Amino acid sequence: MRILVVEDDPILADGLAVGLGLAGMTVDRVESCADARAALATSTFDAMVLDLMLPDGSGLDVLGEMRRSGDRTPILLLTALDDTPDRVRGLDSGADDYLGKPFDLDELSARVRAIARRGNGRAAPCLTACGIVLDPASQSATLNGVPLPLSRREFAVLSALMERPGIVLSKVEIEDRLYGWQEEIESNAVEVHIHHLRAKIGRETIETVRGLGYRIRVAS
Amino acid sequence: MSSLRGRLFAILLTATGLIWLSAAVWIYFGTHRELERVLDTRLQEAARMVNSLVGSANMTVAMAALPGSPAEAGGYERQLSCQIWSFDGRLVARSDGTPHGRLTEVRSGFSDRIVDGEPWRVYTVANETAGIHIMVGDRLGLRDRLVSELIKGLLAPTLLIAPLLGLLIWISLGQGLRPLRAMAGDVRNRDADDMSPIDAAHAPAEVKPLAQALNGLFAKVETARRHEREVTAFAAHELRTPLAGLKTQAQIAMAAEDPAVRHGALQRIALSVDRTTRLVRQLLALAKLDTSGPPPARETVSVGAIFDEITEAAPGAAPHPSVTLDPALQALTLQTSRELLTLILRNLHENAVQHMPADGRISWRSTASGRGIAIEDEGPGIPEDELALVTQRFFRGRHKSALGTGLGLAIADAAARQLGASLRLSNRVDRPGLRAEIELGG
Repeated sequence: MRILVVEDDPILADGLAVGLGLAGMTVDRVESCADARAALATSTFDAMVLDLMLPDGSGLDVLGEMRRSGDRTPILLLTALDDTPDRVRGLDSGADDYLGKPFDLDELSARVRAIARRGNGRAAPCLTACGIVLDPASQSATLNGVPLPLSRREFAVLSALMERPGIVLSKVEIEDRLYGWQEEIESNAVEVHIHHLRAKIGRETIETVRGLGYRIRVAS
Repeated sequence: MSSLRGRLFAILLTATGLIWLSAAVWIYFGTHRELERVLDTRLQEAARMVNSLVGSANMTVAMAALPGSPAEAGGYERQLSCQIWSFDGRLVARSDGTPHGRLTEVRSGFSDRIVDGEPWRVYTVANETAGIHIMVGDRLGLRDRLVSELIKGLLAPTLLIAPLLGLLIWISLGQGLRPLRAMAGDVRNRDADDMSPIDAAHAPAEVKPLAQALNGLFAKVETARRHEREVTAFAAHELRTPLAGLKTQAQIAMAAEDPAVRHGALQRIALSVDRTTRLVRQLLALAKLDTSGPPPARETVSVGAIFDEITEAAPGAAPHPSVTLDPALQALTLQTSRELLTLILRNLHENAVQHMPADGRISWRSTASGRGIAIEDEGPGIPEDELALVTQRFFRGRHKSALGTGLGLAIADAAARQLGASLRLSNRVDRPGLRAEIELGG
């Protein structure tokens, strides 16, 4: 799950990046409205954590622009202004959730997972397909009821594929979910992860669509 | 007297009383004089009448013609007495109730005499033909009684009316002061938060200045309170972000299994605590500057000593930039508040430190006037369009530092104004960097 964090306070921004990273998310961080616009123009995110008071403007402006241009990225507003009218204004401007500072990191992770899930059109917290159950909250997986040990990257690749079973994801799209901008991408990393996953859950579950990418086989 | 109504009442009552009293005195003397004249004329006429009767040579009839009904004690009857004396000193005739002694020795005209212990006023006519003196007199005591009865008759109703008049004045004053009471009631029944103006347009002319003054006060209080609310809201906001950072980093330190991650989080916690401590210290300094206390005490302050104090205590992450002090400043002493000057210079210095490259140099220089201090740094300076904004609270411009609170220059500016000095910020012309200059008068 790839998240964009827009926060200008360096210590809090670092905390968000590391904290959400510990919860299995890939985090990109920017410090201003302008950088946020640039990030949104070049990448797709599963969710966005947006601070309201930014050095070059209000997060509400970015939020309004995104919604007007039809961007449906789920957004959680993060701000010190947590009076009720501010919350109402934030939500009415198109935000999906709202959290006042200071907050609990676990609650923030849960809320981000929730809005990302809704953004993907799901209500159930766990991803299920072909006897596999993925729990994003605990980063754990089971195969036919038996615990399935997965690395962080493997979990990320598998959950990206299982979000829409039967839909093909290209290698680049999978890489996008796995790595932030700062991270070095090894050229065959996705192939390696898929190879390891097939070894753990069976060859047929992940299908290669030649020239396009990968998908989870839907039981017919 | 503190009650306006009581005061006006006393003034009105005293004034009315004085007017009445002088009117009574005037009436007393006027009436007295008029009465004297009337009674004197009566004496004269009575004497002439007796004279003319005597002139008709019928003394007996003349005697009988004199007023002769029996006297009634205490009344105004028998006011006049008449004596007829021959030129040779024989009492020819006298009216009833007239003393036996001669009423006067004066041979003609008016005279005042004491007869039998009573003051009398007598008019004498000499009849040369008959060789007699005709004397007609009355008791002055009776005259005075007449006047005092008259005055009493005038004053009695007045004394009865006085309380009624007092009551009327009291009620009228109450009515007249009603707009004032209404205004007081309006102010009294207000909520502590209600700072809306009083309706001054419809107040009477006398009350209007008071209403306007109150409205002015309300406006000032409202402005001060709004300012306070804004600062509090801002402070809360500025504190919440570092607190959120602290909490997040603390939770990471607790959850992380990787020692490197945990160590990084703990380091950031320490950094954030430093920064938050500084923020709180600056908020307190600003709050102290905001409470208008007595003017700061002036003393002889050595700029060199303040420099040593600040450069020793300057907070610093990592390497300190080098700092140089102009020799002219080392020796400079100023008559000013040590506390405020230290506050200004510390904040300017810290601001310079925060924006400096690690190998940069900060210079404390003397200004052209010799009574000012300029601190120059080698940081990025401040964009021209932000120069006027950086002294606003919590303003952090494009060149903000990680440690900055957005308060340092605001504090320096507020403290400078309290010293009657001014803070001038400009970008250096010789190289990139900021020059902060404070010019102290006297």
